[in-house]
Amino acid sequence: MTTTAPTEAGAAFLTVNGTPVPLGDTTTPHTTTLDWLRDRGLTGSKEGCAEGECGACAVLVARPSGDGGTSTEWVAVNSCLVPVGALDGQEVVTAEGLGTPEQLHPVQRELADRGGSQCGYCTPGFVCAMAAEFYRAGRGERAGHAEEGTGEHAGPCGPNGFELHAVSGNLCRCTGYRPIRDAAYALGEPDESDPLAQRRRARPTPARHTRLLGDGAELVRPVDLAEALVLLAERPDALLLAGSTDVGVEVNLRGARPRLLVAVDRLSELRDLEVGDDEVRIGAGLTLTEVERGLAGRVPLLAQLFPQFASPLIRNGATLGGNLGTASPIGDAAPVLLALDAALVLASSEGERVVDLADYFTGYRESVRRPGELIREVRIPLPLAGTTAFHKVAKRRVDDISSVALAHALDVVDGTVTRARIGLGGVAPTPVRALRTESALVDRPWTRETVEEVAGVLAAEGTPLTDHRASAAYRSAMLGQSLLRLYAEQPRASKEQP
Amino acid sequence: MSRLSQRPDDAVVGRALRHESADLHVTGRALYTDDLHPRTKDVLHAWPVQAPHAHALVTDLRVAPALEVPGVVRVLTAQDVPGTNDGGIKGDEPLFPSEVCFHGQAVCWVLGETAEAARRGALAVEVDYDALPSTLTLAEAIAAESFQGAQPTVQRGDAPSALERAAHVFHGETEMAGQEHFYLETNAALARVEDDGRVFVESSTQHPTETQEIVAHVLGLQSHEVTVQCLRMGGGFGGKEMQPHAYAAVAALGARLTGRPVRLRLNRTHDLTMTGKRHGFHARWRVGFDDEGHLLALEATLTSDGGWSLDLSEPVLARALCHVDNAYWIPDVRLTGRVARTHKTSQTAFRGFGGPQGMLVIEDVLGRCAPLLGIEPHELRRRNFYVDGQTTPYGQVITQADRVRRAWDQVATDGDLDRRRAEVAEFNSTHEHARRAIAVTPVKFGISFNLTAFNQAGALVHVYKDGSVLVTHGGTEMGQGLHTKMLQVAATTLGVPLQLVRLAPTRTDKVPNTSATAASSGADLNGGAVKDACEQILDRLAQVAGERLQVPAAAVRVVDGVVVAEGTDETLSWAELVHTAYFARTQLFAAGYYRTEGLHWDSSVMQGSPFKYFAHGVAATEVEVDAFTGAHRTLRVDIVHDVGDSLSPLVDVGQIEGGFVQGAGWLTLEDLRWDTGDGAGRGRLATASASTYKLPSIADLPEVLNVTLLSRAHEEGAVYGSKAVGEPPLMLALSVREALRQACAAFGASGTSVDLPSPATPEAVFWALQEARTGARAQGHVDPGAGPTPALPDPDAPERRPESEVAVDDLAGA
Repeated sequence: MTTTAPTEAGAAFLTVNGTPVPLGDTTTPHTTTLDWLRDRGLTGSKEGCAEGECGACAVLVARPSGDGGTSTEWVAVNSCLVPVGALDGQEVVTAEGLGTPEQLHPVQRELADRGGSQCGYCTPGFVCAMAAEFYRAGRGERAGHAEEGTGEHAGPCGPNGFELHAVSGNLCRCTGYRPIRDAAYALGEPDESDPLAQRRRARPTPARHTRLLGDGAELVRPVDLAEALVLLAERPDALLLAGSTDVGVEVNLRGARPRLLVAVDRLSELRDLEVGDDEVRIGAGLTLTEVERGLAGRVPLLAQLFPQFASPLIRNGATLGGNLGTASPIGDAAPVLLALDAALVLASSEGERVVDLADYFTGYRESVRRPGELIREVRIPLPLAGTTAFHKVAKRRVDDISSVALAHALDVVDGTVTRARIGLGGVAPTPVRALRTESALVDRPWTRETVEEVAGVLAAEGTPLTDHRASAAYRSAMLGQSLLRLYAEQPRASKEQP
Repeated sequence: MSRLSQRPDDAVVGRALRHESADLHVTGRALYTDDLHPRTKDVLHAWPVQAPHAHALVTDLRVAPALEVPGVVRVLTAQDVPGTNDGGIKGDEPLFPSEVCFHGQAVCWVLGETAEAARRGALAVEVDYDALPSTLTLAEAIAAESFQGAQPTVQRGDAPSALERAAHVFHGETEMAGQEHFYLETNAALARVEDDGRVFVESSTQHPTETQEIVAHVLGLQSHEVTVQCLRMGGGFGGKEMQPHAYAAVAALGARLTGRPVRLRLNRTHDLTMTGKRHGFHARWRVGFDDEGHLLALEATLTSDGGWSLDLSEPVLARALCHVDNAYWIPDVRLTGRVARTHKTSQTAFRGFGGPQGMLVIEDVLGRCAPLLGIEPHELRRRNFYVDGQTTPYGQVITQADRVRRAWDQVATDGDLDRRRAEVAEFNSTHEHARRAIAVTPVKFGISFNLTAFNQAGALVHVYKDGSVLVTHGGTEMGQGLHTKMLQVAATTLGVPLQLVRLAPTRTDKVPNTSATAASSGADLNGGAVKDACEQILDRLAQVAGERLQVPAAAVRVVDGVVVAEGTDETLSWAELVHTAYFARTQLFAAGYYRTEGLHWDSSVMQGSPFKYFAHGVAATEVEVDAFTGAHRTLRVDIVHDVGDSLSPLVDVGQIEGGFVQGAGWLTLEDLRWDTGDGAGRGRLATASASTYKLPSIADLPEVLNVTLLSRAHEEGAVYGSKAVGEPPLMLALSVREALRQACAAFGASGTSVDLPSPATPEAVFWALQEARTGARAQGHVDPGAGPTPALPDPDAPERRPESEVAVDDLAGA
């Protein structure tokens, strides 16, 4: 996957609903896209939570599609999280731009006709998230074959190929969602004359070299990795910005005002994806959506992870680099990557080094990553384990922070466990491997007796706490239950994966 | 049929119309209060300084450092209040407090040129506090006897004696958490001062009149100097019945002091930490049954968590007590209630207004006792339904008992319950790690404000010379479709096409002295008033038409914009008639008024007929529970609900579905937690964000959700035969909770009684099913952790599992 190199810097602007608009003098590196739009009278996009949980602020952004950069796709993101400076030179479309009361967009018509809006406050965000799925290339391919509720993790899908979880990052407090589901499933294909459908066939907007100053802070989009690394070397206070799904929350909810934001999400050096003979290499700057699509199920454990990782609105911005960069103990990617024996390529102006993920985390939100370093790539060794599962325990079925997350990767040969990797999240200050459990499993027969015994070992791993998400007792119980569940669902050894 | 309820042929009411603002919603054109400030010049932004203590005295407050922050214009404090420093109606909610009563309470407000400047200014304000001991949980409040307001009792017969005689007596406790409204639009106001000092406030409020009154008393003005307008709300659910007043008052105060428009919008964190929520409740109860499972007597004490001030806690408690009976005849009853005072946000109205909490108690009692009685839960429920002529514990006569039975039978038929129960049994016998269950629960919910005086409404209808019609009424639009219904009522009454009628935003200078748009009464009350206004105009127009067509006025009718009369083939168009009437000097506008007849309520003895009628419904819900985690899914829901003759079926179905899902959220997912430890964060709301307080998402939508409106449901006592619909469907979600209880029980032996906490989160369900499976309380079952702990009023309190007070031997011999 490649992108066009950033072009020359100029006066920062954003193309909104087809019209270029200068960012303006009062725009700072911390000005969110949502506030910027609203200050310009485009008040359809709403702030419901300011942390990417409700989707009321969702807008469409034109991005390179996954075909080598010759065409464009419309992607929905939470505009409350993304600094508008990070969209310099790009194109966004809001609910106002999709249609008018006199000429409703198909998504708008279906929602209006079916009672999909009551108070209407969440509606523009729903419209944008639904429109992104409406325009998704290949949506129609699943049409006609799909049944509701297919697959535990893939989520339900309409007869028109509409994946319902495309709007699972949008909250509605009024309707109970049934009419929204009906509207989604009633959508046809975009008309030939639909300007947004046509736009998909043209080249994506190239990323621009950006340098935005204001409020004592700076937002920079470097032209290439080398420039980014020089910046990082010079400025230890630099904060990397990809989808801004974490930084945005810090800015909005916790009053963080980083002095230097370095946007790395369009750097081509961070956007490679390759499945080789010995390893899978995933660019740390790819969005989770891009990784999911690019891998197309080649890493089953990751394929299980992605649908359970936040919401599509978040996955459209969030990156593995960001998720691991924060070193959060409750990030869902870490347990999976630990179970996959992943390693990270850390790049700095002085060169690169490879660190096993198992050695990466050093404490609560701390890692071996040094100032001046960024995560360039994630490497997963092949072959993959044969018996794998990702278990996420949370209050809500989708888009919730884990109480506990576990990833299992076992090799079972002739009925005996020959290798075990189990990654845990939410039970210690860092993501950890369940080392005692792993050794208790190896060389043991893969039987009910084994798992019932070893479940007790797993339940004692980590040092879980009681908080508003779950009690410590429940967290421990969930660890043990997870092994029982793995066995119940995969009692026989699976074939080794390629 | 009454004149009020009679519906003409081809009425516009009854048509399934989309929301009147749907096109504006979907295109982002619909304006909400906080969308106005980017369209207004020279606006100042307000930001609160929030106290970091649950209970403390403010010993000093220094604003000077804030004034040094670039862009800060002013800091509003108690000294600035020209009128009364109180943001509520009970006089117990100081707007700028000297004593902090909950963590996050605003002690002063900073005005800045930008929201960012105001935020930085708020950080710079220096406040000294003298921390005081705090009461947080219901258990603490009960132990400390920290109560506020009235302690009413609803009583009939002699419950203690009846319990003596009952064959089976059980006692137990029930505790349920509150709920955050989480309207997508947080509280917002925009205030400006007019040329003569009058104040105009845009407010996201369900109760513009009360917002007006609070603004006036804070500013020391009379009501006619304050106008409040509500364009529409991005959700209310009761959370904007009382809560917006104080914020409107702060904005208005800022505008008066600076002469500039002031915008006050709570961000989500502010809204979660500062505004009231649904009351959590604790109940202790004793219940008696006969051998057939008929309820004989119930004694219960309900204690609600009112938070720091009274707000609406007393009427919420009254409604809770009036709904403990739900749809069941209980001959001897004694229900007492009290409101705990705790150092939390002041809990307030929330869809159902105590009704859900009262109903949860009896459904919990039945759900826990059914296995101990050896009777299927659905059979136990049905056996206890009211019949006509019986009275509720507070003395209102039951007249529509058949509606619950009809809905119950229809749900059983449409939902194919017999077959599916067999399938569930088959599933459960073949799956080691999952259980399914189907539960059916009824709803009977009283419609009208308990306080009789609130059951009145006004409307203002203008017919312009071109025949177009503009309707203003006292109700507010929060997504519930009230305006859509009012357009339909006006078009029906006048006999004109819908597109001739428009609605104007709700404002206090158009219709005065309005009641809150609350208690599900919006369409009943305002519909009556709109209809009255339209009838006045129509009566005058009929005179004109009669003269013109040379027929008696009584013979004139307007049908779809055409004026026709018996006895002549000649017709007139509506526009012609209006034109003629104007030149005949006819008043083409009218103020309409409506008050609900036949209500009486004596709150001193908690007896009377407070409700015009009851709304009914039945839901059958099938769930599946995962043994490994306690995670659960709702597989199918069948609902039959009584909305009378629907005014607007698409709107009503939307209210039923939305209410059901919101109720399911309260009962199974939404989990308010406060820091109840003794550390520095004591009293802090631990779930003060959308990432920690989870609402149902589209993935929680039941896979099958069938909603049917009950047929033959005409309501004599309401406009065009309809019934209120806003609140009652929320309580249909009790079927989800009962199904989860039954699914947990299915992991255990037959006759297992399951004590299920509320909310029944995956963790709660996991411990409950473990307990059912092992027959013993699992370790960690009651983990105090952070959050609401089960309130045990005294150390000798019984276990939470209901226990037969009759020895097992006696039972066997009975």
